[in-house]
Amino acid sequence: MMQFLKVSPSPHIHSGDSVKRNMYGVIIAMIPVFLMSLYTFGLGALVVMLTSVLACMFFEYLIVRFLLKQQPSLSDGSAIITGMLLAFNIPTNLPVWIILIGSLFAIGVAKLSYGGLGRNLFNPALAGRVFMLISFPVQMTSWPLPLVNRGLYIDATTGATPLAIIKEGLKNGQDYAELLEKVPSYFDMLFGFTAGSAGEMSAVAILLGLAYMLWRKIITWHIPLTIIMTIFMLTGLLKFAGAPAADPILYILSGGALLGAVFMATDYVTSPMTARGMIVYALGIGVLTVVIRIYGAYPEGISFAILIMNAFTPLINTYIKPPMFGKPVKVKAVTK
Amino acid sequence: MLKTFALGGIHPKENKLTAKIPCEYQPLPKEAVVMVSQHIGAPATVVVQKGDEVKTGQIVAKQGGFISSNIHSPVSGVVKKIEPVADAGGVKRNAITIEVTGDDWAEGIDRSENLIEEIKDDAKTIIQKISDAGIVGMGGATFPSHVKLMPPPGKTAKYLVINGVECEPYLTSDHRLMLEKGPEIVVGIEILMVALGVKQAFIGIENNKPDAIKAMKKLTSKKKGIKVIPLKVQYPQGGEKQLIKAILNKEVPSGALPIEVGAVVQNVGTAFAVYEAVQKNKPLIERVVTITGKHLSSPKNLWVRIGTPVSSLIEAAGGLPESTVKIISGGPMMGKAMSNLNAPVTKGTSGILVMAEPDTARKPASECIRCGKCVTVCPMGLQPYALMVYGIKQMYDKLEAGKVMDCIECGSCSYTCPANRELLDYIRLSKSRLGPFIRNRKS
Ligand code: SF4
Ligand code: SF4
Repeated sequence: MMQFLKVSPSPHIHSGDSVKRNMYGVIIAMIPVFLMSLYTFGLGALVVMLTSVLACMFFEYLIVRFLLKQQPSLSDGSAIITGMLLAFNIPTNLPVWIILIGSLFAIGVAKLSYGGLGRNLFNPALAGRVFMLISFPVQMTSWPLPLVNRGLYIDATTGATPLAIIKEGLKNGQDYAELLEKVPSYFDMLFGFTAGSAGEMSAVAILLGLAYMLWRKIITWHIPLTIIMTIFMLTGLLKFAGAPAADPILYILSGGALLGAVFMATDYVTSPMTARGMIVYALGIGVLTVVIRIYGAYPEGISFAILIMNAFTPLINTYIKPPMFGKPVKVKAVTK
Repeated sequence: MLKTFALGGIHPKENKLTAKIPCEYQPLPKEAVVMVSQHIGAPATVVVQKGDEVKTGQIVAKQGGFISSNIHSPVSGVVKKIEPVADAGGVKRNAITIEVTGDDWAEGIDRSENLIEEIKDDAKTIIQKISDAGIVGMGGATFPSHVKLMPPPGKTAKYLVINGVECEPYLTSDHRLMLEKGPEIVVGIEILMVALGVKQAFIGIENNKPDAIKAMKKLTSKKKGIKVIPLKVQYPQGGEKQLIKAILNKEVPSGALPIEVGAVVQNVGTAFAVYEAVQKNKPLIERVVTITGKHLSSPKNLWVRIGTPVSSLIEAAGGLPESTVKIISGGPMMGKAMSNLNAPVTKGTSGILVMAEPDTARKPASECIRCGKCVTVCPMGLQPYALMVYGIKQMYDKLEAGKVMDCIECGSCSYTCPANRELLDYIRLSKSRLGPFIRNRKS
């Protein structure tokens, strides 16, 4: 018996935390959002979700197994997360074939071409979404109306998102106060009863997911809170300065700001490692989001903002270090 | 709010199975194996010969340099051989093997239980007595205590910090000592204060030992300058730098010793040994060892003579369970895995931990998911994930810039990593490669 004693070095115990625990934790946190999207958009939400998740898993398996000739590790759950996030970010009447292309881009190009989980520079789901937005701008920007389309998929009657209503209206010279009447109430936005992508809309469900992830220590408060505060304060400031269409509460409740801040920007792989780095990264996302929304061509901007800051993450990791314990001693010059 | 250190830290399951079990005495072994190097620094020089008769407490090896320590016979008997013996890791090191005939103590050692509170000696005599008695850091670091009591020229000590934290899971030897030998420890602290010429001493105890906090508070309520500081439970609070930060809110600079901020840290076990050496003339030949593990039938705290084989302690705790896969000398975070159970207890053996599979299994490592958790928990503010990569790629300039030598090897990073990466293994390797170069450059 004695010869079987293990002699590996310390530490001899482990927290029991695992990649799986964190990944499945994120999946659990997204379930309320999915349920709300089912309630609001019905059949379409289900079809989009199933297509996207299955496609992402399928492509991951196929590419890892036959192109990279490695052992696929679908069980770590990261492909499921990419699939779910992708589904949350697209309209629920998007045709299956477009979703397939988007999934292939997300998994094949944005994730695996960099070397897979842990190496990718950009959040795969966001990269997939932006790819689709650029390739299929029409289909990607016609959203089914909430609550009335539950039994329909492709043929759902569509409408514009709150941010799009305002942006378009302003462009056509309409009055901002008048436009505000047309956008849904804060209450509807809080629960997600507005036109928009499947998972962007329900603030309540997203915040529930955030609370769960914070409780399980999957993520820290730094990224989501900083993004939300930055958007809120900057929009408030601009509103004060008289910029058109700046409404702090509307900006947080719409256009995927919360979904992005809670589920997309917090992706481990593509966000910085230190608390300080996370705050810089999140500040960047917040500022870029507001700037794109108010001055850019697209009504919403958080996807682009996150992707841009993803690109800065390696730089942030290099230059923003944790506060080191004990500053090095200054060597006093010896005078003789 | 309870005090603690600011940066990083973890909270592993405490598993203090033996916290409520009073210390027992372990009978003398048949043969005592006394290692000549039980401390950090030069090995001691053997001063007995094969065939010599020795008494309990008689010196058998003299300190072999300034940073070294005397070694005394823990038993009375006959020196059987002086030759290398396998230590806990299976490496052969010089040792004195004594065949035990009894427990006949050397002249001049006071073995009574009377508490002697009056301190008659001056600083110089105290330090000499501590050096003579072969006292080393009892928390496991085994740094010769007299060296710490003599600050280098230009530096003065202002505070004495007593470590009663025992932040390692499972271990309870310091905890029991505080409960059972509290009055002696307090006198030991007063002696150390005289030796250092300091007016203030702080005893740091984590909040998971409320009985010890209460007992020590009561004992020190009338003592001027000694204060008990209850601390929030957080590993690795027993690290010198972390403890100083927690209690004094001072950061020992990178690459410097605690004396840089005017602090000297000693363990409660050391304070007790100091009491015995100075007041009772008793050298360091026995200590409390926690023998523990979830599968042992009777885990306990034992007073053990140095040189007693570890296997006999395991017998005393009910024998080795079938399920055992790992035996650790020390705690589960920083202790060393043993491969040789016949190895003897040394001055630094704070505990023996017997572990079964699920508790200690190392799972296969996977790709880093860049979660940053290792960075969050590192108490030294390092970036373990990056240090590991630099280590694999042998990028020594980056390792040095990343302060790899500041790592205290607490293991918090490896403990936390969800991808089971062997962070500390690689960091340790880099330290051992880089350390000699950096030290050579300095001198
Ligand atoms: S072992 Fe070293 S690198 Fe790892 S957490 Fe502890 S001090 Fe930091
Ligand atoms: S804890 Fe492990 S997985 Fe997370 S960043 Fe550190 S090394 Fe990578």
